[in-house]
Formats: sequence, C-alpha cells, structure tokens
Amino acid sequence: MGLLDKQFANESIVIAKVDDLLNWSRLSSLWQVGFGLACCAIEMMATSASHYDFDRFGVIPRPSPRQSDVIIISGTVTLKMAIRIKRLYEQMPDPKYVISMGSCSNSGGPYWEHGYHVLKGVDRVIPVDVYVPGCPPRPEALLEGLLKLQEKIRNHSSVKKSA
Amino acid sequence: MKTAQDIFNTLKEKFSDSIIELISSQPVESFITVNPLEINKVCLFLRDNEELLFDNLMNLSGVDDANGKTIPDGDSGTKIEGGTLSVYYHIESTKLKHKLTLKTSSSRENPEVVSVEQVWRHADWHEREAYDLFGINFLNHPDLRRILMPYDWEFGFPLRKDYKNPEFYQGMKVPN
Repeated sequence: MGLLDKQFANESIVIAKVDDLLNWSRLSSLWQVGFGLACCAIEMMATSASHYDFDRFGVIPRPSPRQSDVIIISGTVTLKMAIRIKRLYEQMPDPKYVISMGSCSNSGGPYWEHGYHVLKGVDRVIPVDVYVPGCPPRPEALLEGLLKLQEKIRNHSSVKKSA
Repeated sequence: MKTAQDIFNTLKEKFSDSIIELISSQPVESFITVNPLEINKVCLFLRDNEELLFDNLMNLSGVDDANGKTIPDGDSGTKIEGGTLSVYYHIESTKLKHKLTLKTSSSRENPEVVSVEQVWRHADWHEREAYDLFGINFLNHPDLRRILMPYDWEFGFPLRKDYKNPEFYQGMKVPN
C-alpha cells in the first residue's frame, strides 16, 4: 500500500510538522477548473486521459471554480475572455494556484505584434505560479509544470512570520 | 453549368442599372460588381431563377480596399480618407453545380450595403462579422451587433487598414 505501509514501529501515531502535513495534502490533490481555451486545451485533455494520466498526481477537472485549487490557462487569452478568466479566478477559494500553459497565455505568443484582440500574457490580469513554454506544450511539459507547482507548494510555509 | 459571362448577360438584361460590370482581368475567377443598394434584389433573383438556383452562400467577407488618400491624423499616425470598403459574396448552386463571385463597394465614410439575410439566412452572422471588423452597415439586417469583439468595444473596427489599437481596455493594457 505505498510508502507508508509497514513503516511504523509504534501503533499509529505519526509526528509531523504542520507545514509538511498541510503542504503534502494540498499538493497531492490539486483539483483543476474544467476549463480550456484553444489548441493547448487539446494537449491538456490528452494529459488528463489515460496515457499520461493526470489523475495519478491527484489532478481531476472540477466543473466549478468553487471546488477547484488550480486553474490551467490553456490557450489564447482574448480581451473578451480575460474578463471571464479574472472572474473565474476570483471565484476560486484560497489557496489557489495558476498554471499558464503555452506561448499565448505566457506572452501573447504569435499574437504579440498584431493581435488586436489578444491579452499579451494572462499575468496582466491574474498572478501566475508556473509558466509552461511551448506552442502547444507536449503533455510531458505540462506534467513538468505541475511538478514545479508541487515543488513550490512543498516549500511553502504557513507559519506566521514574526517581525 | 453557366459561366460568369452567361450569368452576367442574364443579369444585365434584368437589372441594367444595378449591375455595374464583369471583371475578368484579375488573376482570380471573374466577378460581377453590383450596386450596394440593389444587391438584395440581385441575390434574390440569383437564388430563385430556375436557370441559376444559387441556393448556397458559401462565404461573405468584408475587404478594406485602402484606395483612399493617406493623410496624417495629427497624432503622429496616418488615416485613410475617401476610397471604398467592399463586400464579396461567394455563392454556388448545389443543384446546378455552378459558382459565382459578386462584389459590391461602398464609400468608406458611410459604408452602406443592403443585407442579404432575407435571401440566405446564414448571411446573418457573416454580415455581423463584416460589421464587427470593418464597420460596414448592413441595411435591414435584423440584429446588427458585434459578434467577435466585445459588445462594449468602442475603439473602431480592427481590420480597417488605418485602425489603431487602444492603450487600455477595461483596465487591461492592450499593446505589447
């Protein structure tokens, strides 16, 4: 039954730091908003499907932002959509994370110069935790982005900082 | 199967004033230019005439001909004054297997073209797109509002050659 099986000498008491426990639980079940924008969304769906199996990292798509921990911005963010994305992000409960997937979402990509309708990077409306490069990124790249996000969560400290 | 020349002759006979000319000199298929205020009548005839039966509007697209005078706009840029905006209609008959291209041009300052939505229903969204991106005003269209750009977009029509993007839209910086 995995790593913890038959590792304990004394009954069932485990002593852990609060940070370690909270971070472990957060990074192990990152539910994503069921939300895709453009061709990157196809790669994201491929990552969710059985071959790459996003679910083995605890990532499952949720149909509501109110039940989600992470939003993957997978595609071109038009100005019209940017307003909706901001609203989706605001509806997510804390702690919440953002993965920006692909060139369009990172910086506008091919629309950098002449895209009159494209927001030049989703970080102009919401804060981004991990940027995944590619056009579109392969599922392996998105998985790497997720591992980076997990690493970031693992090193987070919930302890109140003293002045 | 009728050629563009055959159809032009038929149309010229029926609508002498509305049909302007047949242009075959371009390196594309020949097309017929039509008066923008009569285009709906011509299209209705093309659809219903038993020897023509153009039942399918394959595409309807706006074009900025940019054939006016380029003058400074007083703000270190340029704008185009005069000239025309055009609409192209690519139609086909699924029964008689022939195709035709129509063109109609209207002035850039007041671009007005009569809608063909009553002739082919799918012209509805095509005309909304041409309105959205070029600002061509389709008369008698049942629901002429923006289709791709946000409804509150007030910075003009993006595919016009002298279009300038705004600095900000709803607090978001637009240029790179």
